[in-house]
Amino acid sequence: MSELTQHHYSHCPQYSKILDTLSFDPTIKHTLEDIPFIPVRLFKDYELLSVERSKIVKTMTSSGTTGQSVSKIFLDRLTAANQTRVLTRIASDFIGTKRLPMLIIDTSSVLRDRNLFSVRGAGILGFSMTGHDVTYALNEDMQLDFTEVEAFCNKHKDENILIFGFTFMIWEYFYKKLAKVGEQLALGNGILIHGGGWKKLNEQAVDNDTFKRMLNNVCGVKRVCNYYGMVEQTGSIFMECEAGYLHCSIFSDIIMRRTDFSVCGMHEAGLVQLMSLLPLSYPGHSILTEDAGEIVGEDDCSCGRLGKYFTIHGRIKNAEIRGCSDTYAS
Amino acid sequence: MIPMRLKDNVTYLVGDKTTLSKPLVPYEESLCEFLYELSSTLFASKEAAAYPDIIAFAFWCRKANIAKLKADFGDRRTRLGLGLVFHITPSNVPVNFAFSFAFGLLSGNANIVRVPSKPFPQTDIICDTIDRLFSYDRFSEIKATTAFVRYEQNDEITSSFCANCNARIIWGGDVTIRNVRNIPMPVRGVEIVFSDRYSFCVIDSPSVIKLDETELNTLAERFYNDTYVMDQNACSSPHLIVWQGEEKELAKERFWMAVSRAVTEKYQLETLNAVDKYTLLCHNAIDIDDITSFKEHGNHLYRITIDSLPDNMDELRGNCGYFYEYDTDVISDIAHVINTRYQTMTYFGVDKTYLLDFVVKNRLTGIDRIVPVGNALDINVIWDGYDIVKSLSRIIDVK
Repeated sequence: MSELTQHHYSHCPQYSKILDTLSFDPTIKHTLEDIPFIPVRLFKDYELLSVERSKIVKTMTSSGTTGQSVSKIFLDRLTAANQTRVLTRIASDFIGTKRLPMLIIDTSSVLRDRNLFSVRGAGILGFSMTGHDVTYALNEDMQLDFTEVEAFCNKHKDENILIFGFTFMIWEYFYKKLAKVGEQLALGNGILIHGGGWKKLNEQAVDNDTFKRMLNNVCGVKRVCNYYGMVEQTGSIFMECEAGYLHCSIFSDIIMRRTDFSVCGMHEAGLVQLMSLLPLSYPGHSILTEDAGEIVGEDDCSCGRLGKYFTIHGRIKNAEIRGCSDTYAS
Repeated sequence: MIPMRLKDNVTYLVGDKTTLSKPLVPYEESLCEFLYELSSTLFASKEAAAYPDIIAFAFWCRKANIAKLKADFGDRRTRLGLGLVFHITPSNVPVNFAFSFAFGLLSGNANIVRVPSKPFPQTDIICDTIDRLFSYDRFSEIKATTAFVRYEQNDEITSSFCANCNARIIWGGDVTIRNVRNIPMPVRGVEIVFSDRYSFCVIDSPSVIKLDETELNTLAERFYNDTYVMDQNACSSPHLIVWQGEEKELAKERFWMAVSRAVTEKYQLETLNAVDKYTLLCHNAIDIDDITSFKEHGNHLYRITIDSLPDNMDELRGNCGYFYEYDTDVISDIAHVINTRYQTMTYFGVDKTYLLDFVVKNRLTGIDRIVPVGNALDINVIWDGYDIVKSLSRIIDVK
């Protein structure tokens, strides 16, 4: 992390101005907790780069609902490749290294439309590396394609299946549709991985437990695994384990902070700061989110994984509305 | 008249749509008496006691103050209110609507007051109290000429109120004001706008160093009231502190330590506001070249020292305890940044006539108020450079 801080300090002029103002000397060794964080909103207000612009191969944007400013994340070849590599690595710890047939609860037009290329596209693209026979469950009008999905289910009925999508999309266009028509899909051997935030579902009073239960009702899926992550740190996501906690990987870390930014104790709710080793082309290795959460423990989760594990409580009150995935409905 | 189909979108908290327009002489006794009664009723109310801003309003309209205003008004000419005043009050300051109403009332007018559409408990407490006073016969005149309305922003409804008013008062940001200005009113209609303003504070360093502990704490408290009480959101809350005189660093150290103590004791910083302040700090670090230092006394107090004042100084605004500081030996140094946006200059240890000279001699287009630290938020009939009561009444010239 210290090396990353030095790297961004030397290569991103805005970042170095911030550190100078904070009187932070990146040339001396600091503890992890002392490394400054960049508020996520800054990625909306400035174009922050730590490489030459000509090296940028991809610009990722956060939710693009009209009227809202979007975060712009600039990726060079190395950072983009690392994101995919790390995402696959983290996912494999939960779904195994074998490539599974994959059902994506979204429309393939997300990838075709350059304007939609955002967190949603990146997530789909990243996760599809871990699957084969990638099938999209929704057509361009966001309607569930029963024929296609049933054919997919029949074809792979004796295999484990990877199902991927954004939390709100799955709920709105997959679960609600199935519940309405009363159709059952045979996805009992599926592992559902989803992320993108709970804001819209919380508005409908749907929490993680309800989500799991209801999904199981309509398609028999037993393993449902949420993940937490930010567009500013794509790749190094935090996956929900069998015990229901989000886990840091060896590529990431999390610190909860009080209102005065001091570090919270275990089980103490605070503001979420995220760290990732991946961002090289932009200064996003240590960011201050607008989410609240709490650390539940370290190295002693009943799922057996090491590292910090935690839960997220949602946005801090009144935070500027930040969409997590460019949700179709809004 | 409000268009029929929109009638249900307007809630009358007090009064109804038959607001009579019968002007009176400014400070006419019955008007003053109504405000005295309102003051004492609010003071006696258990509900109101929980809201310092309601109490401040009650304190303002107490007998002694209104009588003093009346005496100060001392206009030998005969005046009458203009008729009907329509008020559009600010959405972010809960009791401002009550002051706006009182100004309209004292100038002898009938009033339709649009209260903030955001539901503040203060709005209901004050409106309910007024409504109860209206049950007395002696206030039936005022009752017939008063209405408090609430509606979500809607140009058609606003137009219907503007169509018949003799004056309108608009409190709000630049966007609101531009928007309302496009809505026609009668040709003789008078318009008073209270737009977004910028305020700052001048402190004399030796005067701070001289203070004993108690005096220093009092100063800190007064500064706290000017700033933190409204999260620095009020137009008259200072964002910039100008230091003059010898030994500035020592004075700052004393002053801010005392402020920090007061803040720690009384102020509850919301996490979101802490994030906002930190985000603004990052913005400033990137955008301002002349930051000489950044000091924080925990997240509740941020101080940015700048070397030279940029022309757009009035766009540098902090909230919830975020201050810019500038050192100077002569106040006229800052004259070049003052524009029409500047409203209040609070001062400590500086002679007020010296400050008045600064405004007049430099022929500035801004600064309408020069008041001691601690009085920044004291709203009055003279505000933003207007004598509101005079502006809302007409002279009957007799020869």
